[in-house]
Amino acid sequence: MRFDVKKNALSLVVWALLLTAPLWVDRVGAYPELVTQVVVMGLAAMSLNFLLGYTGVLSFGHAAYFGLGAYGVGLTIRYLMPSTMAGLAVGVLVGALAAALIGPMIVRRRGVYFAMVTIAFGQVFYFIAFRWNNVTGGDDGLTNWHRENLHLGFATFKLMDSPYDFYYFVLAVFAICTGLMALILRSPFGRTLIAIRENERRSRFLGINVNFHIWVSWVVSCTFMSVAGALYALLNNFVDPRAFYWSQSGVFVIMCVMGGMRSFWGPLLGAAVYVVLQDYLSSVTPNWMSFIGLVFVAVVLFFPRGFLGVLRRRASE
Amino acid sequence: MTQLILFNVANGLIIGAFYALMAIGLSLIMSLSDVINFAHGGFLAIGAYLAYTLSPYVGFWGGLILAPILTAILGLIAEKFLISRVYGRDPLYSLLLTFGLAFIIEDSTRFIWGAQSVPYDVPGWLMSPLSADYFFLTGYRMFMVALVALAVGGLFYVMNRTRLGLRIRAGTLDLETVSVLGVNVRVLRNLNFGIGIYLAGLAGVLAAGQLGLQPTIGASVIMPSFVAIIIGGLGSLTGTLLGGLLIGVASGLTAVFLPSATEAVIYVMMALVLLIRPQGLLGEEGRF
Repeated sequence: MRFDVKKNALSLVVWALLLTAPLWVDRVGAYPELVTQVVVMGLAAMSLNFLLGYTGVLSFGHAAYFGLGAYGVGLTIRYLMPSTMAGLAVGVLVGALAAALIGPMIVRRRGVYFAMVTIAFGQVFYFIAFRWNNVTGGDDGLTNWHRENLHLGFATFKLMDSPYDFYYFVLAVFAICTGLMALILRSPFGRTLIAIRENERRSRFLGINVNFHIWVSWVVSCTFMSVAGALYALLNNFVDPRAFYWSQSGVFVIMCVMGGMRSFWGPLLGAAVYVVLQDYLSSVTPNWMSFIGLVFVAVVLFFPRGFLGVLRRRASE
Repeated sequence: MTQLILFNVANGLIIGAFYALMAIGLSLIMSLSDVINFAHGGFLAIGAYLAYTLSPYVGFWGGLILAPILTAILGLIAEKFLISRVYGRDPLYSLLLTFGLAFIIEDSTRFIWGAQSVPYDVPGWLMSPLSADYFFLTGYRMFMVALVALAVGGLFYVMNRTRLGLRIRAGTLDLETVSVLGVNVRVLRNLNFGIGIYLAGLAGVLAAGQLGLQPTIGASVIMPSFVAIIIGGLGSLTGTLLGGLLIGVASGLTAVFLPSATEAVIYVMMALVLLIRPQGLLGEEGRF
């Protein structure tokens, strides 16, 4: 198979920017933690988009799995084993398991009803984290733990002390996850998901088990979401119940829509814009929440296709 | 012990009545316009704060009457200029729009009235307990339950006995046909939204007297209202009412036996309902 440069131009640009980020972040006034946060939130938004953009299912409760990944890694490192990789594994496993169990209860629902059920289910984890004080730290969050250095046979990565080592660690995980998602989307299974998005009834007539496909897509999406959550907790060395809160779910959706739901890299762009904007707004005004709300309204009314959607349309005209 | 249980059941019924008022409004809007109004909690907060601001001038009773009406007018304006613009598009956009609206309203109430909770005065004679044994049955609580019953009764009357209600019910089944029959669907949706917001405003005033007033008051009641709708069954107002009261009592009772699960229990109930009777207690299968 020949590598088509033109077709993959966007991917090449994205990877070039991400790989060289530590070289230029200081010059544009950013800092390594902010770029790491962009990559983590980008992974979160891209995971959600697997379901939202490619399967056409309206999930508004993804913060739950983000939070499960985050608490999974935090609790493991704090109580079980001071190892970054073990924590990551537990966080992802917990998120995937919860999604697999909750899935059958919701896959029969569609549209706004699906959105309502998913967002309501998310709240149960919020209250568990909030109330189970002596384990989770309650409202104050889970503290007294931090990410550990990573010892592989041939080298040691100073995840703890060097923000750039941690950035590349996050980027490696990001690469694996997005690569897997791209592979799944190119497979016959992924094409079936797109068929369901385009016309559910026809897919059903073709003998496709629609609910089962949606369930698998839901579990895949939530699993990658918990990876993002785990990385987020590792980045901050901290996690609190707000990771679970329902407004966080809406933030993930706006990232997808703002960047462009119909494009693979769109959500990453949306996440980058959102993270930088929030970082800036919260440093200049205490009323940043109103501005974020205005962004929601403006995106819906004026940019429903998202940035990449607008660009693509320009290009095709 | 009996008294403790009674106390919590009564408490639960009152909280449940709030949830029901919220949920019925949400459910009206959702059925007719296919919009989940995330800003519903925000409108509840507006109703509560308006009553707080107005009551020094017009008294408690004036606030009780005026605040929900003013809130409903704000709702009509928001529907007319923002929410009606996304009708007919992917439901995703209406969700994001009301989500943004919820952020703006919560932040604005914090900006105008401050982040600290403020006291809201209720006439003294309403606050005194009716009897020494049942200290928790204050006049205000009885009054709240009566008022909620009145509001729900009024709504059921409108829905079942008036032309507007008939049109709304017909519109939830087939909006296109209703439109073809010469009903102005735009106005119908606008009024329906207003009714929903009125109920939210009313719940806000009542909540202000019972729970105290803070900017996050709206965000904390909206999720239980969703649960009430899911348990009761979308499309059935009676079901939604039942769902609200049920989760109120359930969390009241859980507060006696397992206080740390007070909030979580309603989500467990929701999961059970979704497993055993996915359409909800009184919902019809196949609508969603």
